[in-house]
Amino acid sequence: MEENILEIKDLTIHYVTDEETVEAVNGITLTLQKGESLGLVGETGAGKTTTALGIMRLIPDPPGRYISGEIIYKGEDLLKKSENEMRKIRGHEISMIFQDPMTALNPVLTVGEQIAEVIQLHHKISAADALIRATEMMELVGIEGSRHTEYPHQFSGGMKQRIVIAIALACDPSLLIADEPTTALDVTIQEQVLDLIENLKKKFGTSMILITHDLGVVAEVCDKVAIIYGGEIVEYGTLEHIYNNTKHPYTIGLFGSIPNFNEKTRRLKPIYGLMPNPADLPDGCTFAERCPDAMECCRSGKIPNIEIEPGHFVRCRKYQSQGGETDGE
Amino acid sequence: MLKFIGRRLLMLIPVMLGVVLLVFSMMYFSPGNPEDYILGDMATAEDKAAFRKENGLDDPFLIQYFNYVKNALQGDLGTSYTTKMPVIDEILERFPTTFKLALFSTIIAVAIGVTTGIVSAVKQYSIWDNICRFVAMIGVSMPTFWEGLMLIILFSVYLGWLPSSGFTSWKHWILPAVTIGTHSASSIMRMTRSSMLEAIRQDYIRTARAKGQKESVVIWKHAFRNAIIPVMTIVGLQFGRMLGGSAITEIVFSVPGLGNLIISAIKVKNAPLVQGGILFMAVVMSMCNLLVDVLYAYVDPRIRSQYVSGKSKKKTVSKSVTKEAA
Ligand SMILES: Nc1ncnc2c1ncn2[C@@H]1O[C@H](COP(=O)(O)OP(=O)(O)OP(=O)(O)O)[C@@H](O)[C@H]1O
Ligand SMILES: [Mg+2]
Repeated sequence: MEENILEIKDLTIHYVTDEETVEAVNGITLTLQKGESLGLVGETGAGKTTTALGIMRLIPDPPGRYISGEIIYKGEDLLKKSENEMRKIRGHEISMIFQDPMTALNPVLTVGEQIAEVIQLHHKISAADALIRATEMMELVGIEGSRHTEYPHQFSGGMKQRIVIAIALACDPSLLIADEPTTALDVTIQEQVLDLIENLKKKFGTSMILITHDLGVVAEVCDKVAIIYGGEIVEYGTLEHIYNNTKHPYTIGLFGSIPNFNEKTRRLKPIYGLMPNPADLPDGCTFAERCPDAMECCRSGKIPNIEIEPGHFVRCRKYQSQGGETDGE
Repeated sequence: MLKFIGRRLLMLIPVMLGVVLLVFSMMYFSPGNPEDYILGDMATAEDKAAFRKENGLDDPFLIQYFNYVKNALQGDLGTSYTTKMPVIDEILERFPTTFKLALFSTIIAVAIGVTTGIVSAVKQYSIWDNICRFVAMIGVSMPTFWEGLMLIILFSVYLGWLPSSGFTSWKHWILPAVTIGTHSASSIMRMTRSSMLEAIRQDYIRTARAKGQKESVVIWKHAFRNAIIPVMTIVGLQFGRMLGGSAITEIVFSVPGLGNLIISAIKVKNAPLVQGGILFMAVVMSMCNLLVDVLYAYVDPRIRSQYVSGKSKKKTVSKSVTKEAA
């Protein structure tokens, strides 16, 4: 069980244009064990999609650049792989469910063709057999297989999302990256899609990175949670750690801004202010501007990553006196 | 779909009436009399009067127009003043040459325009892109007659590889087809580039890459299939225009085509031939546009379903009617 399927070490990705450098991802370190689900939580612009595309080696270049880091997948560094080797991994070993189902499908190809395409790419089977497998995948995600001759515009948003999921799961990937698979959907469909992913994950033993800004969804699905802010992971631990022993002021703020029926809070407490522009990140802690507990020392220098209990990391000066410091990233 | 084509064909009628009226007035009101050109200096006043009477040239404008339209509707475009041959025969005799030239030119234009356009888009801002764009800009701004003359100077006069005029072997097609083709390749290239640039940025391209698809397939199967509609539009327009005869190029290379025929007819005020020729061009161009519209539906399922939806709507209506009745 202790086998790591994915280890990201100090991953830094910037978007470099003539006018500015967007520091989208800054030294992210993560590990994911086989069969495990990791929730990657953060607000818009935090760098979630960039991290995911980074793992797939699909960062648009230009302007995207890998500045540093390693992405060890099954013991090998993806950043050292050739484009040819990456192509065998994409869609087969690692696949991704994209954020916006409305635009993720090609409007001029039938959904059957689009699912069959990935199957045929990674298995030596005929086009006809691939299409049969594609219809089976459609049935699996709850769409009549006979509709494989239809085009994306003939499906509803939730159905399109299911097709996208079918494409991602068609080749039994070992790692599934789901980028906000439910945000484009209404609440009832959201539940269905999450159940679907959960079931398929159990069935195929897939590891998963679930990207979302919904802590409720994370609690339902994930084993581990990473809270990302300004391209850095500010708190990282098991579901237990994050939900019952919340440490980072930002995470506390996130919980404050979702309704809690047990405690009957009268009003939600939003986190005031905005995330700093990643093209112009402040010195010191990126959250200091909005942090209720910010101290003078927070506004400069490198903020240490503190292991506050085994496996629970917090990037905050508040806890500097406690726990072991792990530096170097 | 057939209904759509039928409707479009019906719409041709007012367009044609308008075209005829326009050309007719231009020929009628422009200075100069056909009998002076056609019969020559030696003709007597009686000859000229007889000519005018025979061709109904002394009738009032509207009468002449209605007579022309009446005959045209019956398929009679009149006879040429100069050759005394039916206009339609003269046009159909020249049309194959123009058609072949247009076809060759379009093949050249599409081959050059689409490939360079795609290369330019895929390698945006690279040295290739800059070269392609620069050449395309020259291509668009260079007048065809000048390009034709330069090609003649280079390949016929200087190098002596290709003949510059006369139409006896396949070699004669090359220079005119290249002249017309490169000119229209430039606009096709620019359209392909911008439309591909847009397609490449779409999310479904990322999806295709995430499947592990090869870059060449991503470009052709996923991006170009989506970028093709504006390209088709411009190719269709250019082809339609070429079918009307690329008058200037035809004159430069003395191609015995439609453009040449009409230009020489204009010079002598050979009204039936000019009117017939331009009416013919208008019909051909409209057909060409219609063909492109039908092709849209073929490549884009969203457009296809618009055509079909007319039918299915009726079906649902009739269904609900039967439900109510039941
Ligand atoms: N192609 C790009 N060029 C330049 N900047 C980019 C590009 N893609 C993303 N960025 C910037 O990188 C930062 C991180 O973007 P990213 O898409 O990773 O955010 P996200 O966490 O996925 O947000 P969301 O929840 O809205 O999807 C943002 O500031 C964004 O503006
Ligand atoms: Mg995102």
